[in-house]
Amino acid sequence: MNSFYIILFLPFLFAIIVPFLFKYINKRIHTGWFVLFVPLTIFLYLLQYIPIVAKGDTREYILPWIPSLNINITTYIDGLGLLFGLLISGVGTLVILYSIYYLSKEREELHNFYIYLLMFMGAMLGLVFSDHILILYGFWELTSISSFLLIGYWFERKNSRYGALKSLLITVFGGLAMLAGFIMLILMAETYSIREMIANVGEITNHSLFITALVLVLLGAFTKSAQFPFSIWLPDAMEAPTPVSAYLHSATMVKAGIYLVARLTPIFAGSASWFWLVAGVGIVTLFYGSFNAIRQTDLKALLAFSTISQLGLVMSLLGIGSLAVYFGQSENGILFSAATFAAIFHLFNHSTFKGSLFMVVGIVDHETGTRDIRRLGGLMHVMPITFTIAVIGAFSMAGLPPFNGFLSKEMFFAGVNDVANAGVFGLEQFGLLFPIIAWVASVFTFVYCMILVFKTFTGKFRPEKLTRKVHEAPFGMLVSPIILGLIVVLVFFFPNVLGEYILIPALAAVLPMMQINASDFHISAWHGVNLELWMTIGVVVVGILLYKTLKGWVKLFNNYPYRLTLNHFYDQSLAGTEQFSQNVTNRYMTGSLRQYLVYIFAFFVLLLMGSFITLYGFQFDFSKFAPIELFDIAIVIGIVLAAFVVLFTSHRITAIVTLGAIGYFVSMFFVLFQAPDLGLTQFVVETVTTVLFLLCFYHLPKLKKNIGKISFKLTNLIISLAMGATVTILALAAFGHKVFEPISYFFEKSYELAGAKNIVNAILVDFRGFDTMLEISVLAIAGLGVYVLIRQGSRRREQSNETK
Amino acid sequence: MFKTVLFISLCLLALTILLNLYRVVKGPTSADRIQALDSVGINLIASIGIFSVLFHTRAFFDLMLLIGILSFIGTIAFARFIERSVVIERDN
Repeated sequence: MNSFYIILFLPFLFAIIVPFLFKYINKRIHTGWFVLFVPLTIFLYLLQYIPIVAKGDTREYILPWIPSLNINITTYIDGLGLLFGLLISGVGTLVILYSIYYLSKEREELHNFYIYLLMFMGAMLGLVFSDHILILYGFWELTSISSFLLIGYWFERKNSRYGALKSLLITVFGGLAMLAGFIMLILMAETYSIREMIANVGEITNHSLFITALVLVLLGAFTKSAQFPFSIWLPDAMEAPTPVSAYLHSATMVKAGIYLVARLTPIFAGSASWFWLVAGVGIVTLFYGSFNAIRQTDLKALLAFSTISQLGLVMSLLGIGSLAVYFGQSENGILFSAATFAAIFHLFNHSTFKGSLFMVVGIVDHETGTRDIRRLGGLMHVMPITFTIAVIGAFSMAGLPPFNGFLSKEMFFAGVNDVANAGVFGLEQFGLLFPIIAWVASVFTFVYCMILVFKTFTGKFRPEKLTRKVHEAPFGMLVSPIILGLIVVLVFFFPNVLGEYILIPALAAVLPMMQINASDFHISAWHGVNLELWMTIGVVVVGILLYKTLKGWVKLFNNYPYRLTLNHFYDQSLAGTEQFSQNVTNRYMTGSLRQYLVYIFAFFVLLLMGSFITLYGFQFDFSKFAPIELFDIAIVIGIVLAAFVVLFTSHRITAIVTLGAIGYFVSMFFVLFQAPDLGLTQFVVETVTTVLFLLCFYHLPKLKKNIGKISFKLTNLIISLAMGATVTILALAAFGHKVFEPISYFFEKSYELAGAKNIVNAILVDFRGFDTMLEISVLAIAGLGVYVLIRQGSRRREQSNETK
Repeated sequence: MFKTVLFISLCLLALTILLNLYRVVKGPTSADRIQALDSVGINLIASIGIFSVLFHTRAFFDLMLLIGILSFIGTIAFARFIERSVVIERDN
């Protein structure tokens, strides 16, 4: 086993040890310190791949799992996987460090927390390094489950459970759709490996399942990455502890969908449906998230919506970048691959500044006891370091210099401006929408970033509204956000170091068909006075104006009716489905046995008659029938008369006796058809059964003794007639179609083979003795059952007599 | 000729059974019904005997004996039931 696999499975292995650490050592040392080394090791280990990947090399490892089914844990390390791997382990280290100070070791169930977190980390790493598409799916669902567990970490709170359930339902819905899409991909490409799919992309694009697979896979990506309209789970996932929100719901898990879109771009991109779905949904999400973020009063909810919006931005850039596949190696192709580059760049930037912002909000929550903007204010002088980090993060998010968000935002504007001039896929008409929506959304982004910083940290300090005595956070809690903040600033000043070593290899992985020329993707903070710069200036100016007049227009949001929100729709549809299923179930599960018998018989008739009619089964061959004797007719008439008596009699005892008579008639049939053993047995059994019936009759409770005739019901009549007709037709048709010779000639040699003159008995105990043995056991079980029932009944009666 | 005789006797037996059944259905008291059923059993024995002759087989002789025993036991059981209102008494 390669050392890479040890690293890959390290989180899972360590998750097993965590409970012991918690139980025996947690009182002295916070369990988090032991967990901290896991992501750190992974991070340091992954660093050694940077030079390899930067040179354009990749690494591939195979760990056999189910080789006979071709399911192996194949891992593939390229630029994209490595970027995600570094993000996951790097941010993971910082988040665990932060959580050591954030979560109390006395009050919290830390073993649960770190097990879930390690599980998530391992799943996420497996997801980004998997080359086998089904293994990728397995890790994908594992991230859903561990995210569910983490959101519901404080399971005694109702909101946590609600949020966890919501996120699980939505992401698993998408995950299952994605699995269907994956299976179609496997069918189309006839391989499990993503790289081989990319190699045979021609077969996939021309296949009839292409569009279906595309939509299904995107459904998975959109639900996971909280794209419109599946974004509703993310704000509710904010019930999780803040380290979880920082890690899962800003930096890593919600980027799994982005990862998937980027990973599958070489397969699907180049088609109009992919472009419009990815770019269109992305830009709508961008607008929706930024629009809704403004009205939030809870800091974490604001960050959740901003995450939605930023993910939409990355998604739309990926969509725009997919045009590069369409244009190929041309000037336009290079132009649009810059959009993909911007997507990867912003993806990285977002992880840094959003992680730090969540941590900042967590600190504010931890030190003041509230996250409500309306109760906060004036924290700048109390918490100067936190304030500085918040400014860095928020200004970067707003796209201001000198932070890394500025660079990627400029590249984003360049991308949407280019797409307006692309002139394909109907962009001639609608292309202009992209820059307009993007610009408006950026203005909103600017406004909520300002709200985040200035409503929280400036203004009047009102300690009387806060429950705790406010002071600066402990240093340990500040380390992680400071590191992230430093990265935010450093990336602005030295973007090309990052670009050369990580982003360009990642770009090469997303667009393997392009010749990536490193000099085309040189990031520079200043590239002359152009349209993008003017757009940014416009964002700042309009944004400041809007922020200043915020009080005037933010109330407009309140007029937006709750009934039209997606949350309302989700709740209603959930309740509606529940109600609907309950109604349906109550409707047919009436508890009446007669009703169920009607279903069973009706189904039986429909199935048999249906197949008779569709398969032309009405072919009767009467040539093999034996001649009918007079006695046969007499007994048949007797049976029919007796059956009618059973149906129409008003006395139970008559019905019982007549049933007995039918049994004796059948026994006479056996006589007529020369089956003495059967006749014998039938006679005895019929007698015993009739006696048992009489026993039951005698013990009927007095109240209901005089129930009259069976009441007439049309449904029952129809069903019973149809049933009888079906069985008769079936028997008649089956008799005429004997395909093979009967095997009874074999048993005719019973005397030679078994020394028995009675052929029936020879079959029962010699040729087919197994059946007899099992029927003996059936009788034994029935006898024991009756015994137990009677004994228990009498015991219960005794008990009830005693209690009286 | 022989067959005709057998056939006629079968018809007569059937008629007897029918008449007995009429008594079973109508019979005012339980004792009437039980008597009639007992006689149905005996008629069945007779008719199976005639069938055996018709089919030239001895295979049904067991059945005839069985019906004889069953109708005997059945009648005794019913008689006990009418007299003591239980068929099998419990040990005290």
